[in-house]
Amino acid sequence: MYDKLWLIPFFPLLGAIINGLLGKRFIKNEKVIGAIGTGMLFLSFLVSCKYFIQLLGDSVKSHQNVIASWMSVGKLQVDWGFLLDPLSALMIMVVTGVGTLIHLYSIGYMHGEEGFYRYFSYLNLFVFSMLMLVLGNNALVMFVGWEGVGLCSYLLIGYYFEKKSAGDAAKKAFVMNRVGDFGFLLGLFTLFWALGSHGVWTINFVEITENAHLLSGDMILGASVTTVATLCFFLGATGKSAQLPLFTWLPDAMEGPTPVSALIHAATMVTAGVYMIGRMNILFAMSPTTMFVVALVGALTAIFAATIGFAQNDIKRVLAYSTVSQLGFMFVAMGVGAFTAGIFHLMTHAFFKACLFLGSGSVIHAMHHALHHAHLDDDAQDMRNMGGLRKKMPITWATFGISCLAISGLPFFSGFFSKDEILWWAFASTRGNKVIWVIVVVAAFMTAFYMFRCLYMTFYGEQKTNPKAKDHVHESPWVITLPLVVLAGLATVGGLIGIPHAIDIAHVGNKLNAFLAPVFHHSQELYKIEAHGSASTEIILMVFSVAIALAGIGFATVMYMKDPSLPGKFTAKFPTLHRVVFNKWYVDEIYDTLFVNSTKKLGIFCWKGFDVKVVDGIVNGIAKLVGALSSVLRYTQSGLFTNYALTMVLGTVVMLAIFILN
Amino acid sequence: MENLVQIALQNVNMAAILPSLVLTCFGMGLLLINVFLPRGTTRHAVWISVIGLVVTGFFVYTGWGNPQYGFNDAVANDNYTAFFSVIFLFAAGLTILMSDDYLTREGYPVSEYYPLILFATAGAMWMASGTDMLTIFLGLEVMSIALYVLAGFFRGQLRSNEAGLKYFLLGAFSTGFLLYGIALIYGVTGSTKLTEIGIYLNAHGSLLENPMTLAGLVLLSTGFLFKIAAAPFHMWTPDVYEGAPTPVTAFMSAGPKAAAFAAFLRIMEYCFFSLKPEWTAMLWVIAVLTMVIGNVIAIQQTNLKRMLAYSSIAHAGYALVGLVAANEIGYSGILFYMLAYTFMNIGAFAVLVLAGKKGEDNLTLEGFSGFGLKRPFLGVAMTVFLFSLMGLPPTAGFAGKFYIFAGAVKAGYIWLAVIGVLNSAVSLYYYLRIMVYMYFRDAEEDYAWVSLPAAAVISIVIALIGVFYLGIIPGDVMEMAKMAIF
Amino acid sequence: MITVYHYMTVAAILFAMGTYGVLTRRNAIVIFMCIELMLNSVNLTFIALSSHLQNMDGQVFVLFVMAVAAAEAGVGLALMIAFYRNRDSIDVDDINLMKL
Repeated sequence: MYDKLWLIPFFPLLGAIINGLLGKRFIKNEKVIGAIGTGMLFLSFLVSCKYFIQLLGDSVKSHQNVIASWMSVGKLQVDWGFLLDPLSALMIMVVTGVGTLIHLYSIGYMHGEEGFYRYFSYLNLFVFSMLMLVLGNNALVMFVGWEGVGLCSYLLIGYYFEKKSAGDAAKKAFVMNRVGDFGFLLGLFTLFWALGSHGVWTINFVEITENAHLLSGDMILGASVTTVATLCFFLGATGKSAQLPLFTWLPDAMEGPTPVSALIHAATMVTAGVYMIGRMNILFAMSPTTMFVVALVGALTAIFAATIGFAQNDIKRVLAYSTVSQLGFMFVAMGVGAFTAGIFHLMTHAFFKACLFLGSGSVIHAMHHALHHAHLDDDAQDMRNMGGLRKKMPITWATFGISCLAISGLPFFSGFFSKDEILWWAFASTRGNKVIWVIVVVAAFMTAFYMFRCLYMTFYGEQKTNPKAKDHVHESPWVITLPLVVLAGLATVGGLIGIPHAIDIAHVGNKLNAFLAPVFHHSQELYKIEAHGSASTEIILMVFSVAIALAGIGFATVMYMKDPSLPGKFTAKFPTLHRVVFNKWYVDEIYDTLFVNSTKKLGIFCWKGFDVKVVDGIVNGIAKLVGALSSVLRYTQSGLFTNYALTMVLGTVVMLAIFILN
Repeated sequence: MENLVQIALQNVNMAAILPSLVLTCFGMGLLLINVFLPRGTTRHAVWISVIGLVVTGFFVYTGWGNPQYGFNDAVANDNYTAFFSVIFLFAAGLTILMSDDYLTREGYPVSEYYPLILFATAGAMWMASGTDMLTIFLGLEVMSIALYVLAGFFRGQLRSNEAGLKYFLLGAFSTGFLLYGIALIYGVTGSTKLTEIGIYLNAHGSLLENPMTLAGLVLLSTGFLFKIAAAPFHMWTPDVYEGAPTPVTAFMSAGPKAAAFAAFLRIMEYCFFSLKPEWTAMLWVIAVLTMVIGNVIAIQQTNLKRMLAYSSIAHAGYALVGLVAANEIGYSGILFYMLAYTFMNIGAFAVLVLAGKKGEDNLTLEGFSGFGLKRPFLGVAMTVFLFSLMGLPPTAGFAGKFYIFAGAVKAGYIWLAVIGVLNSAVSLYYYLRIMVYMYFRDAEEDYAWVSLPAAAVISIVIALIGVFYLGIIPGDVMEMAKMAIF
Repeated sequence: MITVYHYMTVAAILFAMGTYGVLTRRNAIVIFMCIELMLNSVNLTFIALSSHLQNMDGQVFVLFVMAVAAAEAGVGLALMIAFYRNRDSIDVDDINLMKL
């Protein structure tokens, strides 16, 4: 029944191989390459749909499909296996669905780029890795995907590798991800060892979930095993999902092509950390300490990134910080035990953030062409060069606007439902915390503000583009606008699958909650994680959060529409604050001083003082020793028959002597 | 009289030797066909041999899970034989596919080459299937004699002459030791059948201390360790591998080595299980010595064939670690490793075969400068094979080493595993050097002489598939290896 | 009384002589003769043991060893001739092209 699951990752892999091997020499034609890349993913999407629907109608909600045994060592059996349950089913729908749209979009966006085939090959490979990540039935397959997406992200950020900044950004992303991966592996080893000490040698997720209760009460290093393991896993998540303190790579990752930012750095890869916590929710549920840390880090990231979003002028960087901030929301959800809400927000965020990124891409595409046409090298991504594009690019404007409404959490857009559920749980959950709630609410206010600032600066007011290029700005072709429209549609209605109980007048029920229940309810019940409060409280909070969003929007409207001189006055009044925020709280500089430079200094010290003298001495010494040994030993190989025969005889005699004398 | 015939025939079971019989028939048929064709035509021989190997492979396949014993229990066609036969068939097939254009290029388009490889393969299969000292000895000799000829196949080339002659003299010398060992064991136990020897030795504990038993064991080991190329009996290897025609080297490094392991492992397990502590201690030292000598001397080599020869010594050392471990993972690890090694090493040699000019003077590190960039397919293939030889995931070499060392750790030989891993680290140096030359040196040549004949490309592609298959899903084959051991 | 031990002692001495010859002689043909001597000492051992143990296996083995030795001689001499043609020598010290 579920034995063709492997087809889902197979198609993108096939696409990657075809385009990668044949693209440059044999296919060449952009349309064919694009069609192969997009088509393969669409096939994968169809298969995903089939299994999704099949799973909806199935009473058993967890299915494993093992295609081959990977390794068996002692009692540990690791398979190349896939796991389909509501969580992974939802994820594959998002990954393949949004992925297909972004592939389609890329055909238009990357038109005429050198290395078109390379781009599609990487992009397919990325989707393959992502699907391995979400479908893997054990932690090792997940880790293969985890590393695979990291690699593809590296390749795609550095796609314009002739630009130094792109290369640097790629390296930065890779290094920061490696720090996180280290945590993931440590967590895995801890978990493996801890379960093994109970005689359960497994890394299969289903078996981990079944046997997690064995770990309660186990201690390691003075803390409970689950806390240590989950904290390690969370460190992995902060790297991949760009949370404090490992978030700075994500804004730099905007050096990659915009569709890449939409797919990898908004919709899918960066949510891998959230998914991972969802996958191992039982372990996290067992450790309130870790959950609190997760929620706190999420909340702080949400507000911290939002402040930086205030002062950015590069349209993609605004969106990047917004992504970091929204990911913070998801971690808050995971941290307060609102697993469903976290996954819900992951999904809605995939819709509206992908739409926003693609919209920004559409704008950049148009700007780039116009500027190029007029032979200007103004920055095509700087919002100060835009403005008034509403009339020129109506579809882009409309979809971008809808997504802004969604992300701000205006009622009945998708973001409203998901964000609201997170706020409600943060407020009312047994693992919630009022302080975290306050932080998140402030972050929500800021989100509304900077998103509308971005919208106004780009699409409203006077067009500030260089007059020479002004009239060359046009709406993008259909391959670009179609994905925008679809995503905007999803961003509008996507929230309806998770209507909260308090305002469910039509009694359609919270579909998503019911769907994901098999994955999450067990641990929520077992460890008494629930949100309790009256419906009236919930409604009051809801109204409050809408008011907050409206306030943010209003604030932005006043500052950027009604009185455009206000921001200037504001920055003039608080120059230090503005400078600090504009420079992203100097986090990069702080990291440079604290880690990079000091590491460099330490490195130089180690190199000059320690390495050259001691380590090099030892290593070179050993190498020299081996080399010397080698040159001595090779003279035993005299080429002479007699010597060889003598060695054999001596060898035999020595063996005999040892044997018989013993 | 009639009764006697019946008694004799009862013990004959042709099914026990069916695969090797088929292969021999193909070899002999091919020899006959060659008589009727003009000299210099070889293409037919390639395909007939390949067909022969495939047909043999089919009979090997049908023999899986269906053990047959014959010739008064002198031959056993069990899973163990079948697994090793697959290794030999792959080794022979890949070698044959890469040989044709090579022989023409080097000026020896002689079709007798192919039957010789088939005979060597059949001999290897007898070694693996032998359960009597006599059959093992016969298999060994059939294989060796064919190999002596193959090593000296280029009659007019002094290097090839030297390789053949050196191999022959040392090989015959080692046969003397082997036979004397067999004779002594026969004297102690009164039998040449492996199981009977084992039972007898186990039942008469006092014999385990007997110098004659121990001398027999040591002399026997000398004979096999020579074929395996374990130190200190390895010295012929670099010289012979360097001088022999490259495809023959490829074959020798994989097939016959695996055959020697097959017979050695069976003898050790069947005959000398009661002496296990003694011989594992002996092999511990030999394994370490082999790994160290192979890897350390390889560092200084600039001739690629010679470097791979030393590397093959080192790999024999890794495989011996599995024998020292002497447990399920170790033994099945040897089987797995031999298969993996067949793919990666023959693949690497296939690249050398294609990269060489006539005379092969350019197969040095310098001669490979920029090769990877000018010849991307061969460059990538070589990179994969080298990665596998280094033992990096996701290639076969990694999985193989993993199992072998896991076996050693499980048996408590932590230090042996540590030494093995350290040796792998040393080996990175010279393997990576090839890649540095291939990719980071400016090409001095355009490598215009390198052609990609279809047969050789097939051989490389099969090897690549094998390397990745065993590297990515080693589980299935490992399961089969576990079913194959006793 | 001549026992099996006497035979085996003689065989062992022959084997040692053969080994010594292989190690000291330089002429490839003589070396090969010495190897044949080793093989024949093995044959002697087999025969003696076979007769002592009243067991035919040893004698059968001897026949096979002789057949194999003949085949080896054929191949070996051919290799020596080929080497002699190119090198004008069958001194094993002249097999020195490949080393180190």
